[in-house]
Amino acid sequence: MAGHSPSIDSKTLWGGGSSPFNVSYGKVMMWFFLVSDAFTFSGLLVSYGFMRHSFAESWPVAERVFTHFPFMHGDHPLLYVALMTFILIMSSVTMVLAVEAGHRMDKKNVIKWMAWTIVGGLIFVGSQAWEWYHFIHGTELGAFQLADGTIVQWVDAAKESFYLPGKEQVMVSGAEAAAMLKNGVEVYGANLTVNEYGLPLFGDFFFFITGFHGTHVFSGVVLNFVIFVNVLKGTYEKRGYYEMVEKVGLYWHFVDLVWVFVFTFFYLI
Amino acid sequence: MDFDRTREYVQHHSEAEGKAQRKIIWVIFWVLLGITGVEVTLGLVWNNMGLAWPFVKWTFIILTLVKAYYIVAYYMHLKHEYKNFIYMVALPYIVLAVYLIVMMLTEAIYVHDTHGLL
Repeated sequence: MAGHSPSIDSKTLWGGGSSPFNVSYGKVMMWFFLVSDAFTFSGLLVSYGFMRHSFAESWPVAERVFTHFPFMHGDHPLLYVALMTFILIMSSVTMVLAVEAGHRMDKKNVIKWMAWTIVGGLIFVGSQAWEWYHFIHGTELGAFQLADGTIVQWVDAAKESFYLPGKEQVMVSGAEAAAMLKNGVEVYGANLTVNEYGLPLFGDFFFFITGFHGTHVFSGVVLNFVIFVNVLKGTYEKRGYYEMVEKVGLYWHFVDLVWVFVFTFFYLI
Repeated sequence: MDFDRTREYVQHHSEAEGKAQRKIIWVIFWVLLGITGVEVTLGLVWNNMGLAWPFVKWTFIILTLVKAYYIVAYYMHLKHEYKNFIYMVALPYIVLAVYLIVMMLTEAIYVHDTHGLL
């Protein structure tokens, strides 16, 4: 119906006062979005906490699950995820440096720091893919799923005796073990229905939470790239301000912020 | 009429102010890196040092909140926005998140204690 509305000249039309927050519309809306997204992640992490508390004794220890490191043999708990955290913090720094350069209308440095941010984001997404690959494939030894669905860990490569999960590990061996091993299947790696490290719920939450976060990182890289191209083309130079860099910067720091919590609640605790 | 009034709220600063800001950015970086280093080290050694798990767990949580504060306050610049804006962004989130955590974990512990009884 816009075509039929009478035209109002700008003197009659109220142009709005000044922003009560001294912040532009776009930035306020970005913050609103981030608050709502923060609730989504809180929901995921709190439901993880709920399940973990309800199955406190049989919950797998993340430190014993994620022990791989590229080009190194043996167990290296926490090392790989520490590296991923470092990469994401680093890319947060380069992002905030790009924002700072934008405030000085320093196009050359905005380009440099945004390029490094995109590189950091891509390395992080790649690292996550690598970790998923190892979690899905599991260990060489694997584990065993008893007839009642319980996952038990082998004592050694002979696969004749195993540990029952629980606060205190109970070893089952000999004829008793052989009888239980008759009904059940060997399990390697993890997917949404079975998990060699223990409860399938652990795998479900791992895939969902790190997957949802990884999707955020990936879309952050895409957004950063779009803005990066605009910076290269001189769009913001012409406009006279680099606020779009600030807005994608807010989103990028939020992604880093979420990882700080995922790192603590999934890997450390 | 131009409805996009972003220009009126855009922040610019001089070369000298930029230099001071970059210094803060790098200081915060070392703080974040240092805290992460402490967390990872503690995660690797707490068991061998004979530390109690609840103590370690709460250390992790507090360090995480400190890290989150520095990211939001400095990297996301929230500390330097108007007070009203800070409250509008932070308060609804903090109040509802704390409520959700307390409610759900209380329930979780009850479910845990009644496994096999219901």
